[in-house]
Amino acid sequence: MLKLENVNMSYGDIQVLWDVSFEVKEAEILVLVGANGAGKSSTLKTISGLQRVRSGKIIFNGEDITQLPAEEVITRGIVHVPEGRRLFNEMTVEENLVMGSLNGESKKLRSQTMEECYELFPRLLERRKQLAGTLSGGEQQMLAVARGLMAKPKLLMLDEPSLGLAPVLVQDIFDIVKSVNKQGITVLLVEQNVQSTLTFCDRAYVLENGKIGISGTGKELLNNEHVKTAYLGI
Amino acid sequence: MELFLQTLVNGTLIGGLYAIIGIGMTLIMGVMGIINLAHGQIMMIAMYITWVLWQFLGIDPLLSLFISIPLVYVLGDLMARYLLYPLMEKESILPENQVLMTVGIGMVLVELARTIFTSDYRSVQTSYSDIVWRLGHISLSVPVVIDFFIAIAFTGAMFWFLIKTDIGRSIRATAQDKEAAILMGVSAKKITILTFALGSSLTAAAGTLFLPIYYLYPDVGPIFTLKAFVITILGGLGSTVGAIAGGLVLGIAETFGATYISMGYRDAFGLIIFLLVLIFMPGGLKSLTKV
Ligand SMILES: Nc1ncnc2c1ncn2[C@@H]1O[C@H](COP(=O)(O)OP(=O)(O)O)[C@@H](O)[C@H]1O
Ligand SMILES: [Mg+2]
Repeated sequence: MLKLENVNMSYGDIQVLWDVSFEVKEAEILVLVGANGAGKSSTLKTISGLQRVRSGKIIFNGEDITQLPAEEVITRGIVHVPEGRRLFNEMTVEENLVMGSLNGESKKLRSQTMEECYELFPRLLERRKQLAGTLSGGEQQMLAVARGLMAKPKLLMLDEPSLGLAPVLVQDIFDIVKSVNKQGITVLLVEQNVQSTLTFCDRAYVLENGKIGISGTGKELLNNEHVKTAYLGI
Repeated sequence: MELFLQTLVNGTLIGGLYAIIGIGMTLIMGVMGIINLAHGQIMMIAMYITWVLWQFLGIDPLLSLFISIPLVYVLGDLMARYLLYPLMEKESILPENQVLMTVGIGMVLVELARTIFTSDYRSVQTSYSDIVWRLGHISLSVPVVIDFFIAIAFTGAMFWFLIKTDIGRSIRATAQDKEAAILMGVSAKKITILTFALGSSLTAAAGTLFLPIYYLYPDVGPIFTLKAFVITILGGLGSTVGAIAGGLVLGIAETFGATYISMGYRDAFGLIIFLLVLIFMPGGLKSLTKV
């Protein structure tokens, strides 16, 4: 579905992605794990067009989207829920959801998708007239995911949705990721929360210093010696 | 007491016009992150358009709103598209350079006006210019009252647009988090150009409305840029509701100063308020409400 081929990317003179190649397959949950600063967020930003590649290719469903402007990437069905939620804090919950559905088909389906989101996240329905900035951390993350769903994604890219949440809430978010995936949405998940994500994902890649290292199914990586010592602290 | 009330009313009426100048400036500041130091000059252009339409074609200023606003919209679009946005695209160029660009635009507009229209004072005398309504002991100048209500209508329409339409929401979203807005499919370029053109149109509306009650000469531009700046700072930089409050405060302060102290220093009182706010309330009026 999504293919990165030898992607190199730099911020000014500092290169942060080195020959990154990987593939996301239709309907799976793919996890990109890696330490802080490994280049996970940079990878997602490159896919969504916020950063331009220095060389390499990004192919989505057969289309070369390497040079596509960021605002058009979403129209292809790739939705990026950025790290740190990045909500529109001075807008209400409902307005944030509306902002997720500005284009094409998603705009036509707006009210219907919104109801589906409220079913998935009843808390957001209770707080729909509240400003996003006044929500709790967990609620904000739910809103960020819901705002992404409003765009009717084919591929949902989530950047550390568990960041800063209490363990109970982390489990809730992962449950939501699973149920979103069950509806047929492909998920590319970026996480530092290695242990729990590896248990429910289909496949995973490890990113180290801007390079793709080991990959395999979640189970394989959980049993990998390097992963155990470097990420699981075993 | 009557004088006090009269002054308050006059100040409020002028403040309504100041408010739309301030809202225009605030929108531009929110989305582009810059102070538009050509704001008053753009308003001056609208005033000259209105004056020409009156002088040579006999068109009433209220009607020329329908001409001056679209013309200035196009002017604002072109300035943003070809002069300001190209500076924004290059990350290496500091936002300060865009501000300098607006200074340059402002100077060019003033000198252009001086070349074409000379420095002579111009004004427009409509049939209703001198009509006054009496409300008890308070007298209301008809053109000023009409202008005030039109300003309220523009303000209302602007708020409706910002709150109820996708494009309006996109403008607010871009001001709050540009990168997140881009991820939602908002074109930062389109929104930037649109916002500058809209902000310019609002101040154009104010200019056209001001003409029958204000003298026009090229240096009116810089004076109003300064007023717009004061209103925006009073409003707490980037808050549209704050800009309305800022406009009213400036209008009332100026009118009180002119009435109770000296007519000649009218424009200075706004600046005094401005300095006081900068010193004692750096967050603007917004800091009073803690929002
Ligand atoms: N906007 C930026 N400008 C310059 N360097 C950046 C920027 N964003 C991230 N970096 C650098 O790129 C590297 C990868 O960062 P990031 O992709 O955020 O890592 P991760 O998401 O895996 O923690 C880090 O060394 C970081 O300091
Ligand atoms: Mg990151």
